[in-house]
This record gives sequence, structure tokens and C-alpha cells, in this order.
Amino acid sequence: MKPFTFSRPADIKSAQQLYKKNEASQFIAGGTNLLDLMKKEITMPANLVDINSLSLKEITTGDAGIFIGSLALNSVVAAHPDIIKNYPLVAKALLAGASAQIRNMATIGGNILQRTRCPYFYDVALPCNKRKPGAGCGALEGFNRTSAIFGASENCVAVHPSDLCIALAALDAKVFVQTDGKESIIPFKDFHRLPGNTPDKDNNLIKGSLVTKIYIPKNNFNIHSHYLKIRDRSSYAFALVSVAAGLHIERGVIRSAVIAAGGVAHKPWRLYETEKFLTGKTASAEIFKKAAVIAIKDARPLEYNKFKTTMLEKGLQLALKNAMA
Amino acid sequence: MIKSEEQEILPGSSRRDFLKKSIALSAIAVIPAAIETSAKTRSDEKFAYQFEQLPLRLEINGKMHNLKVDPRLTLLDLLREELHLTGTKKGCDHGQCGACTVHVNGNRINSCLTFAVMQSGNKITTIEGLANGEELHPMQKAFIKHDGFQCGYCTPGQIMSAVACVNEGHTQNDEQIQEFMSGNLCRCGAYNGIVNAIKEVAK
Repeated sequence: MKPFTFSRPADIKSAQQLYKKNEASQFIAGGTNLLDLMKKEITMPANLVDINSLSLKEITTGDAGIFIGSLALNSVVAAHPDIIKNYPLVAKALLAGASAQIRNMATIGGNILQRTRCPYFYDVALPCNKRKPGAGCGALEGFNRTSAIFGASENCVAVHPSDLCIALAALDAKVFVQTDGKESIIPFKDFHRLPGNTPDKDNNLIKGSLVTKIYIPKNNFNIHSHYLKIRDRSSYAFALVSVAAGLHIERGVIRSAVIAAGGVAHKPWRLYETEKFLTGKTASAEIFKKAAVIAIKDARPLEYNKFKTTMLEKGLQLALKNAMA
Repeated sequence: MIKSEEQEILPGSSRRDFLKKSIALSAIAVIPAAIETSAKTRSDEKFAYQFEQLPLRLEINGKMHNLKVDPRLTLLDLLREELHLTGTKKGCDHGQCGACTVHVNGNRINSCLTFAVMQSGNKITTIEGLANGEELHPMQKAFIKHDGFQCGYCTPGQIMSAVACVNEGHTQNDEQIQEFMSGNLCRCGAYNGIVNAIKEVAK
């Protein structure tokens, strides 16, 4: 591992000042992804700013929604009574991810900033535009079993690995960001990026900015929601395909629906057209089947990930069925 | 505690000493004197640079430690390489196997995925700190009773994780135990014994 300077500031202002001291600075919170990347010398910060002493752990509930501090641990959020009661999709997605040990370390802010698990990104001997812009994408014509089926470019076919983010995308969360004393709010759908010509950029966060909290508006999906995760083993693996689904049902009729898919794109993939189709319809297996056909309409699979299209089509139906149960 | 005193008098087993000496000797043949010294002082990773050593105060198994560490040192490497608490195992070193599981302030974590300097002020418990003197922890006894291991390499991590799993209350049924123990891999496949041991302690 490359050497680095280390500091642990007590407030946001000092943290951002310390960050600016070096071009190659990096904030660290849980470190569960960053340590991996540093050991493999994929990320090589010369200056590490440990933000664990900042007061960003708080979870505040209100009538309009819930604020989750960016340093709140995944395990703490998943066990929070208000999350379980009013935002069960978030708890389900969190518990579908990682292991009990990692959930005790990983933070909410770190979760949304985690990097892809594409094998071409992780193996420094292979070409990857995300790791080294201009190097080429090894996965495009390579072993692309885990790659994207939506929104990819010729420069990058990697997928976002987070489960939590799929639930946050479905629930229209907002990301609160602090940049040089100024606060900005980014809607979740605009937080992560598609790869385009700049796959090295995972999201729209300005360098040196800190995610301070996530806001989830109160919603009507707490009764009928489900997070379905399909993976190579039954626990502790990244999603091949996942579906976060929330339905607001009144007398059997779908008043509104939110659906996002994971493991299929460079960012959490909202299925707006499918949601629109479901709205106003009476919930039934037949309607869900038709909705699933719409969901996969724009899929552009590669050589080895064609199965993901079918997996999403079937998985979406199962997620909706489970949400009704 | 008797155990830690023993460790100070007899640092490590003879096998470990032999390995260290042979590594140091093979290094002498090709590497300059400064590196030879660092190999002998077990600071293998430090020879290339002049590092800032950071002060670190933390409690391990009830004993306070005032240390100076390289910021790149993981908690796992601090425990094993610096403090010779080799009960905690290095499996994958990437948080995928759980062999390095320890408790920090009572919560289980992967010690390979955190820098030691980030744990300043915390209370660490390793497998060495679980027993009460010569009296094994109930989970250790249960692992023996239920054959919760074969080769034993993953066992310290399994036991630390199992103790936390019971404390968290994630032991309602086999399925829940399996789900909440999925961060600990056992290549010998002693999973049935492990689940049975956890069920017994959770009762």
C-alpha cells in the first residue's frame, strides 16, 4: 500500500480544509470498500481524512420524512424502528447487502459512494476506463456476465453494486451535500451517473464535498413493498439482478407504484414507464406480467449477460407478487 | 491475565519464529542492510519509506495499549504482527471470509477492513479475550461439543461472529443464523456443527 498522511478532524470545516491540503486526498468513514481499493492500489490517496469524529450519525424522524446522517451505520439504520415501520424497503435492501460484520462498519454515505465490483475494474492487469481513463473496457468484449443491460456505453459496462441505493432511488430520496460551507440537495435520480465518455465519474459529487445526510420523504409504500435480490449464492454476494418495488394499493387498485432495478446499470435503474403502466390498474399476476415486458423493453445485453434480461422480467413479477403479500 | 504474561515470556510458537528467521535470512542474500534490520524487527512493510508513526491508544482484551503505528497498518496486522495476538486469522484480507472477525465496543467487525489508527479509544476483544482465565466461553465449549470445525482456521472468526450473533438476537431459527453468519466462510464445511453450537448457546 502507498504511504499516506492521516488525520481525524472534529468538524466538517476542518475536514474539508485538511482535504484541500493535497490533490490526492480521500475521506474515509467505514473504509469497507476503500481499504480493498487501497490494498489493490486501485485508489492511492496520499492524504486520508478520517471523518468518523464528525457529528453526522444522527437519524431524525418527522411527519414529512426521515433524515439519515451519512455516518449512520448500515446495521443501525436497518434496525431503526421508524425505518422498519415506515420505510421497510430500506431495511430489506440494507439487510440483503454485505455481511453482519460489514454492516457494522459501513456507513450510509459510504454505501452510496461505493465503487463498482466489475472484475475488470478490480484487476489492475486488465484494461478499465473507470480505473484508468483511455485504457479501454475489457468487459465490453470480455467476460461480461455481471455487466449492465441498460444505459451502458462503449467505454464502460459496469454496474452499481449497492442494494440500499436501489431502494433509495425507488423512494425518491435526496442527498444533502456540503461544499465549502454551502449546502446543496441532489435528487437521488441525479446523484449517480451513466458512464458515457467519463466512466471514471460514478456520481455528480464535486471533489471535496461531503455527503452529510440522506432524506427519504414519507410515502404510501410501507404496506406493500419488497426488495428482491438474485445472486450466485443465497447470502453475502452482490446482486446479479435486484428489484425494489413499492405499491400503494387502495381496494385492489394500484394508486401509484415505484420500481427500481439493481445489477443492471451504472446507476440505480428506475423503471418509470413500468410504474406508469401499473398506475390505476387492478393488481393481478396478468398485469404484473405485462408490466415486466415493458420493464425489459430497452434492455441491450452483451454476450454473456443475456440471462439478466429474463431474470429481470421474472424477478420483477416476483417482487410485485411479494409486495402484495 | 496469565496468558498475556506467558506470551511476553515466550513470544510466539517455534514454528512462527522459524518462519520469521528464514524469511529474514533469505532477505539478507539480496537486500541491503537497512532492510535486513527491518526484517529482523518484523517491520517488513516499513523499510521502503520514512513513515510518520502515529500515536494510538486502545484497549485490547481489557488491557490498555499505548502504541505508535504506521497509518497503513490494519487492525488485523496490528493484532497479529505487532502484538502477537495470532488467534485472529488472516484469510482473504478483503472482508470476504470473516476469519479476522473481532469485536469493537461489543460489535463484530472485519479487522482487515479498518486501519488501526481509526480505532483510537475503542475497546477491542479478540478470541484470546473470550475465555475467563482457564474457563472457556460457552460458545467455545459449544463449538467443541458440536464439532463446529475441522481444520480450525476459520474458527476464531466463527466464534467471535457467533458470540455477536447471539448478543444481537439473530438466532430465531436455522435460516436466520445462517443469514447472519454468512460473513464467515468455512471451507471444511462445518456449518451444521456451527449452527448447532449457536443454537445451544442461544437457548
